[in-house]
Amino acid sequence: MTTPPAESIAASDRTPRADDSSVVEIRGVVKRFGAYTAVDALDLDVPRGGCFGLLGPNGAGKTTSLRMIYGVTRPTAGTIRVFGIDIGADPRAVRARLGVTLQENVLIEALSAVENLRIFGRYHRLPGAELSRRIEELVDFLELGSHARLPVRALSGGLQRRIAIAMSLINDPELLILDEPTTGLDPAVRLALWSRIRDLRARGTTVIVTTHYMDEAERLCDRVAIMSAGRRVCEGAPRELIETRLAREAVELDCTRAEAVRLEAALSGAARPLRIGNRLTLYSDDSDPVVAAIHRLDGGERRALIVRPANLEDVFLTATGAKLEGGA
Amino acid sequence: MSVSWPHAFAVWRRSASMYRRTWKLTLLPNFFEPVFYLSAIGIGVGAYIEQMGGTSYIEFLAPGLVCVAAMNGASFEVTYNVFVRLHYEHAYDAMLTTPLEADDILIGEIAWAMTRVLIYGGSFFLAVAAFGLAPMPSALLAIPVIPIAGLLFAVVGLAFTLRIPNMDLFSFYFTLFLTPLFLFSDVFFPIRERLAGPLLLVAELLPLLHPVRLARAAFEGAWSWTVAWDLAYVLIVSGALLAWTRRAIRERLIS
Repeated sequence: MTTPPAESIAASDRTPRADDSSVVEIRGVVKRFGAYTAVDALDLDVPRGGCFGLLGPNGAGKTTSLRMIYGVTRPTAGTIRVFGIDIGADPRAVRARLGVTLQENVLIEALSAVENLRIFGRYHRLPGAELSRRIEELVDFLELGSHARLPVRALSGGLQRRIAIAMSLINDPELLILDEPTTGLDPAVRLALWSRIRDLRARGTTVIVTTHYMDEAERLCDRVAIMSAGRRVCEGAPRELIETRLAREAVELDCTRAEAVRLEAALSGAARPLRIGNRLTLYSDDSDPVVAAIHRLDGGERRALIVRPANLEDVFLTATGAKLEGGA
Repeated sequence: MSVSWPHAFAVWRRSASMYRRTWKLTLLPNFFEPVFYLSAIGIGVGAYIEQMGGTSYIEFLAPGLVCVAAMNGASFEVTYNVFVRLHYEHAYDAMLTTPLEADDILIGEIAWAMTRVLIYGGSFFLAVAAFGLAPMPSALLAIPVIPIAGLLFAVVGLAFTLRIPNMDLFSFYFTLFLTPLFLFSDVFFPIRERLAGPLLLVAELLPLLHPVRLARAAFEGAWSWTVAWDLAYVLIVSGALLAWTRRAIRERLIS
């Protein structure tokens, strides 16, 4: 006689299908609003545990995708399963197990954090005693302290954001969806929020976050998917994406269009160029030959150069925003 | 309709929690408005009128004003308050991230509007009774008319609120819709005796006349077949508009 491993018991407790490792499974999803296609043939798997970043410029379809995951936007085509449950068939069951922090705070400004949390907890039908316990835990967890009893409208943007996140945690969700959680917050507040999100991840909560701050995604996410014009452009661990999709290093300089053409000819494909305005960025795994080529072009004069590691922002820009001229 | 009553109750409790904080500020003006009409027109204008509809003028006014109190209570709730919750507080978007569904929100809000109506209409009824203007016990039958009128004006108001793009349009609703209803629905004079045929037909199609006739029948203890028609009107129109608002709230919240 062997007993099943403890993990599989825990997994089958939480999902109807014990073998299912994806919390969210999106297959061939299309969403059209009239003639406009917001999301186009999207396939996405969000693995259990860890933090998944959904990145893309404004209008890429990130928020629409999130809304389809929790069932308030219905796909035109395709299927979405969350915790193995078809969201279209049983949105109540799915939403009981997840939490969502919307882009805009939805707090009742005249009420305190504790009162807001109490009203929100009732939507989940949490019984009074359990609700009080959860509220206490969340006030602690998000370090609201004495602010928890003041009217929300008297509090700073950072505190209001923390309360909004606390509300989406009231039902102890297995999946937390954060739509641009740090937009408009100052750097210190962003750092504090990131550390809370890491704590949640460490407890086993799956987190989906949308952002257009690439540094945030790089530091916070185990996996990211970059979306553009409703499609998934690429997906992977941030470091892996940078190295496989782009290159290890970047050289940045200001130059005219004619200079850029000459430089690109001289490099003959040794570096991948990205030009935005007068700024040229050259990506390669080894930047020494690139720098040498620039120096040769300049003759005796040496212009200002920046040599730096390539980052997610570079992947993002080459994948979505800027027009690529040439290319590796 | 897939209403979960416990979830609808959670929606009701949100509004109730908010109301508990402000009821002293909102109850008084809402309560005194019909009291002012009753005293100014009933006592003031009434002094020059021997009788109307077989009673003193102030007694004629009382049942109609009970319905007006109900109409006003429901209308403020489902116009300005619902609009703010929908567009400014994003309360419904927040609710839809939880197990609540659009139907729960609709029913919770209508139930809350009817609760407010009971508070306003009920307290006005008590004032009328205290002044000896409500013949007992027959006038007690006017009490159930209050939530019925509340339901009707809740769904009428919601049908408007869910379709308009900005708050300025509420002045149309109040000035061009509710005010004529208030003036031409048997509240101040028996319209059958003063209005021409086609206008009577218009009044018959509009919502306030029916609750007013029901309340008046209760006050006078004089029941006729009109009561059946008035009840049927209120129930059928409420049901039809409920179906309509159900679709409208989905279109607003779910894409």
